[in-house]
Amino acid sequence: MAVKEFEKPELKEFTEVPKLENEATSHLAPFKSKEEFQSTLGYPGELVDNWEDAALDKMGDLLKKYRSLRVYLDSCIQCGACTDKCHYYLGTKDPSNMPVGRQNLLRSVYRRYFTLPGKYFPKLVGAIDLTKEVLDEWYSYYHQCSQCRRCAVFCPMGIDTAEISMAAREIMDSIGVGQKYCNEIIGKVHKIGNNLGLPEPALADTLEGLEEDVVDETEIDVKYPLDQKDSDVLLVTPSADFFAEPHVDGLIGYGKVFHQAGISWTLSSHASEAANFGMFIGSYANMRKLALRIREAALDLNVKRIVFGECGHAWRVAYSFLNTLAGPFDFLDPKYPVPQHICEVTYDLIQKKVLEFDKSANDDMVITYHDSCNVARASNMGDIIGGQFSIPRDIIKATSNHFYDMEESTIKEKTFCCGGGGGLLTDDLMELRMKGALPRMEALKRVVDDYGVTHMAAICAICKSQFSKALGYYGFEMDRIISLHQLVGNALIMNKKEL
Amino acid sequence: MSLVTIIYGSLFYFATLILFIGLAYRVYEYASIPAPLKIPTPPAPKTKKGVAVRLFREVVLFESLFHSAKWTWLFGWLFHFALLLAFFRHLRYVTDPVWFWVSWEIVQAAGHYAAYMMLIGLFGLFARRVFVDRVRHISAPSDYLILVLIIGIALSGLLMKWFPTDIFALKQFFLGLIYFNWSELPSDFMLLIHLGLVLLLMIIFPYSKLLHAPGLFFSPTRNQTDTARDSRHIADWARKLES
Repeated sequence: MAVKEFEKPELKEFTEVPKLENEATSHLAPFKSKEEFQSTLGYPGELVDNWEDAALDKMGDLLKKYRSLRVYLDSCIQCGACTDKCHYYLGTKDPSNMPVGRQNLLRSVYRRYFTLPGKYFPKLVGAIDLTKEVLDEWYSYYHQCSQCRRCAVFCPMGIDTAEISMAAREIMDSIGVGQKYCNEIIGKVHKIGNNLGLPEPALADTLEGLEEDVVDETEIDVKYPLDQKDSDVLLVTPSADFFAEPHVDGLIGYGKVFHQAGISWTLSSHASEAANFGMFIGSYANMRKLALRIREAALDLNVKRIVFGECGHAWRVAYSFLNTLAGPFDFLDPKYPVPQHICEVTYDLIQKKVLEFDKSANDDMVITYHDSCNVARASNMGDIIGGQFSIPRDIIKATSNHFYDMEESTIKEKTFCCGGGGGLLTDDLMELRMKGALPRMEALKRVVDDYGVTHMAAICAICKSQFSKALGYYGFEMDRIISLHQLVGNALIMNKKEL
Repeated sequence: MSLVTIIYGSLFYFATLILFIGLAYRVYEYASIPAPLKIPTPPAPKTKKGVAVRLFREVVLFESLFHSAKWTWLFGWLFHFALLLAFFRHLRYVTDPVWFWVSWEIVQAAGHYAAYMMLIGLFGLFARRVFVDRVRHISAPSDYLILVLIIGIALSGLLMKWFPTDIFALKQFFLGLIYFNWSELPSDFMLLIHLGLVLLLMIIFPYSKLLHAPGLFFSPTRNQTDTARDSRHIADWARKLES
């Protein structure tokens, strides 16, 4: 689908905080979910009759289940510190895309029905009735939040807009107003096992083709096994890794790492998806159900370790939630954390000198690294504070000669979202995605101009897909986004005598 | 006993009950709602001690705010620190004998100059609300009014330097309230304004955004340890899904 006509933001040397433009993107909203996708997830197919009461009941229910929601709705001092932190505000100028503006859409209804001053003095405290217009605003603006949590890092109270967006989406789902993109995909995982709806035979075919490609290119018989019982490692990776560019180059890299280290590994057709879109819609029950597939696959295949491929939101759910949702994993090898990130595996092997590299293989690239929001702000690696920042960078430095970071205020815990996270990587939100990519593109442009950076590495399937579009849109070359394990795969010195 | 004394005395009992019972109830509510998932933001500490250090830095230094908005940090921190100094100075009205450190010249002088500091901070915050378009956009009437209320408290307190009252009688009034042995409140205009505004602040505290004070301690992004892989972190309602 072509990018629809809208004003293209200009890339400036430094990201500017724009003046407000009220309702600049109020026209944006993703396609609504149809009945068939809603019912698979246990939600009503269309807006229920008494939806106001049902929505408020659901809000009351969530307020008792999530401390974050309750505390964050109460504690905002409206100080404005977050107002210039969201990439969607910076890109769209719409004040409802300021984190506090977005929160206030729900907070004003919370105040009206759940607090004393809101009940008796609504105008004084900015409390409003829940009307159809308000519901439409919720649908629009809670699908203009990528749940990247940049605002949460900067908020003096630690208010996390993602928690509020997730609650809003769950409330809307519960009254029959779901988002097509997320809910259709979750349905596919429940039914088939991955976001792309790729069934087992097709997956097996794809992997066979991949093996042939790698043999042709390297003359080394690297295997990409599927459903191989009693392997050491179950690799769970985003399904985009199976054929999308540049994702697949990452998968090739993981395979080379396992091959060279002599670790037996397998993919699973039952858990052929790392991403867990249950998080995007704020549904603990759906998130848990998706996570359980991974547990089932690990038990079924009798593996010793679970390793996740390059996928940002997947790694958040894996690192921060998997043990809680689908644990305990006491049937796995206790020597390794559960689960592990592929970067942790590669990094450990580099430390142990199991992997060695010819860095010159990547000499045609000058590389920068995009910290994916959910890796950076919602997870860790290596069990050292800041490991999620240092480990990927150390791998890049071990495998290439030319690496430059983007500006400090746009990386690590302050990284900008790619613009497509949190369930927004859909063509019906293309205007939002392109505008939301602006701050990252501006930071990238500076290192391109200053250091001659040619490529940006990332470890998230959504980032890779989103940048494939956004780079072209902003006049960069499309193939400048690469998988981190593509660098690893390129530079890894392989033992050729096996063939 | 004058009518003023009866009204203010009763109101102080009422406001104190609202403030303490209200806050205690909020803390109870926050503490009893589960946080079903680990959501700390980086740099996330691995230990409880680390969390204590992190919260200390947030509460005392406003560390996150420092990194996000320097002017708001400056004005906000000035105001809150001045509030603490003013609080110390005021302890002499309710402690008998006065705690030794409260009577130190430096504590009393600091508490006095704190009024100026507080006003600078409050006017700064007010100006930001009026002049920065993004902050103006998000401000409800109550956001301005709470600032006006606290400016009123600081200003009326400061003006008592020029409109003095009988502070011995005032202290007798408060000790009388504490020990249920009431005595007359001096009915000076500025004092009554000052105390009246303080009463209002106490009453609205548990029903307003002033709940950010207990809220910060219950903020999961700041108070959780980053130990999700080490142990399960499962809420009671979530455990029920497993059966």
